[in-house]
This record gives sequence, C-alpha cells and structure tokens, in this order.
Amino acid sequence: MPTVELLLSPQPHHVRTARLVGVAAARRAGLPDELVDELRWALGEACSRAVALHAAHAPDVPVRVVLRDDPTGLVVEVVDVGPEGLPVDDTDPAALFDGESVDPRVSLAVLGGLVDDMEVLPGPGGTTVRLRWPLPARVSGLS
Amino acid sequence: MDLSLENRTEGDRTVVEVGGEIDVYTAPKLREKLIDLVSAGNYHLVVDMEAVEFLDSTGLGVLVGGLKRVRAHEGSLRLVCTQERILKIFRITGLTKVFPIHASVAEAVAATD
Repeated sequence: MPTVELLLSPQPHHVRTARLVGVAAARRAGLPDELVDELRWALGEACSRAVALHAAHAPDVPVRVVLRDDPTGLVVEVVDVGPEGLPVDDTDPAALFDGESVDPRVSLAVLGGLVDDMEVLPGPGGTTVRLRWPLPARVSGLS
Repeated sequence: MDLSLENRTEGDRTVVEVGGEIDVYTAPKLREKLIDLVSAGNYHLVVDMEAVEFLDSTGLGVLVGGLKRVRAHEGSLRLVCTQERILKIFRITGLTKVFPIHASVAEAVAATD
C-alpha cells in the first residue's frame, strides 16, 4: 500500500520538493545514508525527466511519485505520461544533447547507472520508472 | 542548496566555480552564465564542479551546450571533478569522451591538449 504519494505539477522547482520528500521518507524507512544519497540523485533524475516530458506533452497533468515500503524493500515509482524511452545504446553521446534539450533516454541511462534495481514499465498512458533499494533489518517502516 | 556561480580569470582561462545543485530548476542560470561568458569573448572555460551537490541530465545538457558554444570559437571547456558519483554520470552517458576532466583547477588551467 502506498505510504507517501506526491502529485507534482510539472514545474522545475517541484523536482527539488520531490528530492526533499524522498530523502525524508528514505531516512524514516531506515535506508543507510549512502543509499539515501543515491535515492536523492535517482529520484531527482527521474522527476526531471518526467517534468520535462509533461511540460512538453501534458502541461496540465501532474507527475505522480509514490514511495512505499514493501517486503522487497523501499520502492520509488515516478509515473509520467510521456512515451517510453529506451536506454542509450552506442550512439554518439553528444548527439543525444540537441541544442539545449536532453533526450529523455539520457535520463534512463543515468538512472540505470545509478541504481542497481530499476525497471521501466510502459503502460497505456505513459511510463512508470520503478526504483528499488533493499532495506536493512526491518525495524520500522514508513508508516 | 541553491546554485552558486563565481568566475575568475587565470591566465587565458576563465574558471567558473559551480556550487550547489544543478537541476532542471537551476540549470538555466548556469546556461545563462556560460552564454554571457562566451558572448564577452571568454572562449577557454574551466568549470570547477568540486562543490556541486547534485547534477541531473538537464545539467549535462547545459554543459554540452556550453562546449558547443566555445567550440564555435575554437575554444575549450574543461571540467574539474573528483567526485565519484558525478564522474559515474559522465561515464554512463559517454561524456567522458566529450569533455576533458581534470583532478584540479591547476591541472585544467595548465592543460593544452
């Protein structure tokens, strides 16, 4: 059952809000400090990607962020309405940065490098990026 | 922490010290700074990232944009970074092949390759 859920209108400053909430929730769940920092970077990247996609495709629709603590660990989901992006392959890296905009695939590549357990789940209305961190001995939960 | 940007001249190089968080919110400030420096004729930039506490792909895009600008003037953009997490992001995205990355400002300022 989701324990923390955020709906962010797709504005750049809310990405920071999401990072702060994510760090607080991760600490409360008992994630070790080093992984809390990893979560901060990964959640920030995932939200940047989602906010950019919404700003381009659905500026009136909020980005959904869910943090929950389940038997598999601490799960973070960022749900967007954008088209699925595939991880970067062997293409010229500079080509993915066209002018000032960044190909959303770059975000997924960064996430894949930062987080060991990442899934990109395409759905009918968009994409869910699911990130997961194992929790140490389960003394307390998010709730 | 918000983004902080300071620049100074060292020989023929312009060193830009970046601190704080470079994300989708603050990246436009870094972009403006790089544009202003290039517009003012500073074509050899050293971006010191040692005080950066967060960097996302939007920030990477701004750095690539800066590189393209200085290259249009046959200039250079070098990065100073020893933080493993940031170096990892540059490696993941293949940008270690695009940017010269140095361990200190002194090394970057002295570099000529």
